[in-house]
Amino acid sequence: MAYMDKKKEMNSRRRFLITATSIAGGIASAAVATPFVLSMMPSERAKAAGAPVEVDISKLEPGMLLLVEWRGKVVWILDRTPEMLANLKKLEEQLADPKSEKDQQPQYAQNETRSIKPEILVVEGVCTHLGCSPVYRKDIAPADLGADWLGGFFCPCHGSKFDLAGRVYKHVPAPTNLVVPPHMYLSDNLLLVGSDSKESA
Amino acid sequence: MSKRLDAMSNWIDARFPMTSTWKAHLTEYYAPKNFNFWYYFGSLAMLVLVNQLLTGIFLTMNYKPDASLAFASVEYIMRDVEFGWLIRYMHSTGASMFFVVVYLHMFRGMMYGSYRKPRELLWLIGMGIFFVLMMLAFTGYILPWGQMSYWGAQVIVSMIGAIPVIGQSLSNWILGDFMLSDAALNRFFAYHVVTLPVLLVTLVFVHIVALHEVGSNNPDGIEIKANKDPVTHIPVDGIPFHPYYTVKDIFGVVVFLIVFCGIIFFMPEMGGYFLEYNNFIPANTLQTPDHIAPVWYFTPYYSMLRAVTVNFLWVDAKIWGIVLMGGSVAIFALLPWLDRSPVKSIRYKGPYFKIALTLFVISVFVLGWLGTKSPTPLYTLLAQIFTVIYFAFFVLMPWYSKIDKTKTEPTRVKE
Amino acid sequence: MRKITSILCILCLVPLVAFASGPEMKLDKAPIDPSDKISLQRGVRTFVNYCMTCHSAEYMRYNRLRDIGLTENQISENLIFTGQKVGELMTTAMKKKDAKQWFGVAPPDLSVIARSRGADWLYTYLRKFYRDETTATGWNNLLFDKVAMPHVLYQLQGGQSLVVKTVDDGHGGQHEVKELKLDTPGALSKTEYDLYIADLVNFLVYLGEPAATKRVQLGIIVMLFLFGMLGLTYALKHEFWKDIH
Repeated sequence: MAYMDKKKEMNSRRRFLITATSIAGGIASAAVATPFVLSMMPSERAKAAGAPVEVDISKLEPGMLLLVEWRGKVVWILDRTPEMLANLKKLEEQLADPKSEKDQQPQYAQNETRSIKPEILVVEGVCTHLGCSPVYRKDIAPADLGADWLGGFFCPCHGSKFDLAGRVYKHVPAPTNLVVPPHMYLSDNLLLVGSDSKESA
Repeated sequence: MSKRLDAMSNWIDARFPMTSTWKAHLTEYYAPKNFNFWYYFGSLAMLVLVNQLLTGIFLTMNYKPDASLAFASVEYIMRDVEFGWLIRYMHSTGASMFFVVVYLHMFRGMMYGSYRKPRELLWLIGMGIFFVLMMLAFTGYILPWGQMSYWGAQVIVSMIGAIPVIGQSLSNWILGDFMLSDAALNRFFAYHVVTLPVLLVTLVFVHIVALHEVGSNNPDGIEIKANKDPVTHIPVDGIPFHPYYTVKDIFGVVVFLIVFCGIIFFMPEMGGYFLEYNNFIPANTLQTPDHIAPVWYFTPYYSMLRAVTVNFLWVDAKIWGIVLMGGSVAIFALLPWLDRSPVKSIRYKGPYFKIALTLFVISVFVLGWLGTKSPTPLYTLLAQIFTVIYFAFFVLMPWYSKIDKTKTEPTRVKE
Repeated sequence: MRKITSILCILCLVPLVAFASGPEMKLDKAPIDPSDKISLQRGVRTFVNYCMTCHSAEYMRYNRLRDIGLTENQISENLIFTGQKVGELMTTAMKKKDAKQWFGVAPPDLSVIARSRGADWLYTYLRKFYRDETTATGWNNLLFDKVAMPHVLYQLQGGQSLVVKTVDDGHGGQHEVKELKLDTPGALSKTEYDLYIADLVNFLVYLGEPAATKRVQLGIIVMLFLFGMLGLTYALKHEFWKDIH
């Protein structure tokens, strides 16, 4: 057989060419994969639909919860009464992360009330356990939640409890406090949910 | 390290024929050593197939098979989806390049007699692939729901309605409506993305299995298996597919990619041949575009459809046109039995075959060109003449291939 | 073998040559430059001010106009008159049904008009309106007879009228030549108006395929890489095939 007679050993030139072609082929494959992978990112339409939402809070009354949609998620805006704010402190013993040390909020909301304005809470209404939306329970000490319930959010799916700053109770399935989305006040009564800088608005 | 690898491959080989398959189809599959330029197109067709499957999957992630949303969803892909334009152009250019590659692959087979014994079944499977490919192209072209999508499909669908007696009911059944509408778009989408690709991949697999059973033909048209080394039982004119043809095909792939990417990045419409201008107008069921022509790969058959203008044997010209068009594709399947030449390859065939093949190629090109034009009396006459030449190539083959003056085949392939 | 290859090559060219001898009226070549962002910005201003009164570009998002060198603030302050957000599609307030009643046909969406018509067609069309008392709008077009669209840019171009001349073709026969004459001058001179339309057409071409510039840029990189691969794979093939030859 002709090819066997003349067959050379795997010489260094062959080795080099195979390696070089393999590397180039690898680069090419990665380059081809890139547009396919990127095409699965949120499209311009999704980004436009996920644009920040302006919310007029002038009609929000103390104790009232406002539901806003942002990126397909529910965002709660709650105007807390002075009693509610006072109750926040009493609960600290029962909470998993009372000081909001875990990164579940922008820096400007890492405070006792988890908010920019003390009375106005802006928080995503999505349980950090498995994504259900908890129920707003402002009634004090109801039969089902026990005598020490001072108002908060209760997740009906798996029983997680959060206080009125969205902080999670100890010994419930949810691991962390509710997420505070980026937000800012465009004016006293005009809230922008989804962005905290004018440029990206 | 290599011990570990050996152990692992042994473990697999005890459970799955990995090494033996690798050997049988690559390192110990002996292909004739004299493959020329024309032998690149089989592997290139595989490459385009992979391209179509991959880009197709990603297009379905964003495309909407709904008559009111389809056109917009394509533009959504072109604009709002990151790199959507690239994926779409890869798919649309790939569709045309699939036909370029497959036509050249078929022409290779015709030149070197690759359809002859013992490769008749291989050829027939190939014809099956060709048919499925045409169905894929047709169903795929409908999806953007532009003017050409709609009216092109309308013409094809009307043909079904022309079948005597059952035509109208059949057409209604295929369309799921009394006209071409959302229902048809939705089901053609199902065929295009599920049924036909599965069929195509299966047929391609079977095609390769059949090829590796009988072995590849070559430009000399002689059987390398007839001349084996007495000791090793390896064909003396054969070389292992891997590494020799793998490195050769990789080079061919790069040349192909230069052409392919050149089109995608610099002329994705290919002057209106790959993406027709009128298909950038959303389908309007009330207004036919001034000039409708199928995409270039269907134009030869389209010409033959239009070429029949006289009723014959109590049957409408329309029906004959359809018969002729179907026949022009189906007749390829008869080649193994039409060719009576004692030799396979054009290299040893006589002048009659060479003239016949040249005329055939010319007729395909002329018919293809005529298919892009609006019919005039002169064009119709030309179409009729070349339709006759096209069919004469096949119909007269038993005769001219037999009396042709052939040369004697060599016993060994030429370098 | 070689003969067949050369015949194939020649035949490949036939349809291209034949295709070139096309439409009845000669189109003027649109002097556009897709890389001229200033021209595109002038074009989009004309587009939103005039075209979008009736036509939409409903596959295009306003914020995509960042491509042509505009910031989101510039876009929302200067180009959006409908109170839409900058991420929204360039739709028009006119309802398709109303439009159909007013003009007989609904004004087509212009997102991909440059891809179906071509730049030269648009450039010619927008400069060939003339007065015609027999039509509903009082306007007609040399390229698109009895077009439903009125001459929106009339104040800029001025009013033209149709002049039909009979010309000897030099072989004893005669044929008609249609020409347009400017009767009432508009705010722009002919040169200025042609440039104005060129900018608009340039924008329409961009609008047809916003990714085109990126496509060509990426294409150059891809081609350079592939030519590198060509040399490498040829060397690889050549090295292994030394065994056989």
